[in-house]
Amino acid sequence: MAGTAVLGRLTWKAAKVVDVVVETRHVKTITFDVPDWPGHRAGQHVDIRLTAEDGYQAERSYSIASAPDGSRLGLIVVRIDDGEVSPYLTDELRPGDQIELRGPIGGYFVWEPAQGGPLLLVAGGSGIAPLMAMIRLRAAAKSDAQTRLLFSARSWDDIIYREELDRLNGGGLRVVNVLTDRQPPGWTGYARRVDAEMLAEVGPSPSERPRVYVCGPTPFVEAVAEALVRLGHDPRAIKTERFGPTGG
Amino acid sequence: MDAGMLDGNAVAGLLQEVFAVEVTTATGTCAACGAAGAMGATHVYRGAGFVMRCPHCDNPLVKIVRGDDRLWIDLSGMRTLEVAV
Repeated sequence: MAGTAVLGRLTWKAAKVVDVVVETRHVKTITFDVPDWPGHRAGQHVDIRLTAEDGYQAERSYSIASAPDGSRLGLIVVRIDDGEVSPYLTDELRPGDQIELRGPIGGYFVWEPAQGGPLLLVAGGSGIAPLMAMIRLRAAAKSDAQTRLLFSARSWDDIIYREELDRLNGGGLRVVNVLTDRQPPGWTGYARRVDAEMLAEVGPSPSERPRVYVCGPTPFVEAVAEALVRLGHDPRAIKTERFGPTGG
Repeated sequence: MDAGMLDGNAVAGLLQEVFAVEVTTATGTCAACGAAGAMGATHVYRGAGFVMRCPHCDNPLVKIVRGDDRLWIDLSGMRTLEVAV
């Protein structure tokens, strides 16, 4: 995408909240409308800036979870109880409210339908956000890229976008859930942290040369990336997005 | 492993404040070990500022510190930055 590299400097824009949806106990999807939004690519993120009355500013990055859709974009926000930014976003924002936002940002952790597959997407918790944008774009573009999503969550109720992923599952997309902490009665799926054995079972194998995208908390991404390299995947084909310790 | 480690992506917005290009897809070559790779694949650590380290040898490629009205960017750990135009 050489021709898209020149973007001009980033500037802050006013974004209007159009929708707030409760996803799980701690997670909401907030959809914004941004006039003059240049459009985004699946996997990109935005920065959000809050300014207090005394001028103090706090910035956070959020991956875009929605497929490209005109001037609209949806973000997953996890409420961090002692966070500076997320409690405001999840508890206070209502449709019609405005905040400052800039983006779209990044070009490295990005998938385009033209790149094709096979794809291996590995998400830990809210790390599903940029991968969800890819899955939604894949569906919208009617891409036939063979795609596997390995999605690790604490419990059944913590699976963000569970119903939508259920609906999209099938055809060229295979969704595999991992429940690390609690499992519902009768659960026959994975009930441990993602490891090399699990990645080998889910595939694709290194010989199929999948494009791999891993997103989640830093220790999760670290463990998954290391296991993938150990299985023989090309390190250059593994793209990672680490959340780090979110100050939320 | 440092639980605070991030990826080059984490500073993409910061760098795009000053550079009119998307830096994470640019290729940087490490001045220490000579490895070349996407800036998005660097390991990023946050402290008083940001340090982008070579994922192969850990050499600091780029250091970024923000002052009140300026960004200070040290590129001494990098031999070249190749940008698609």
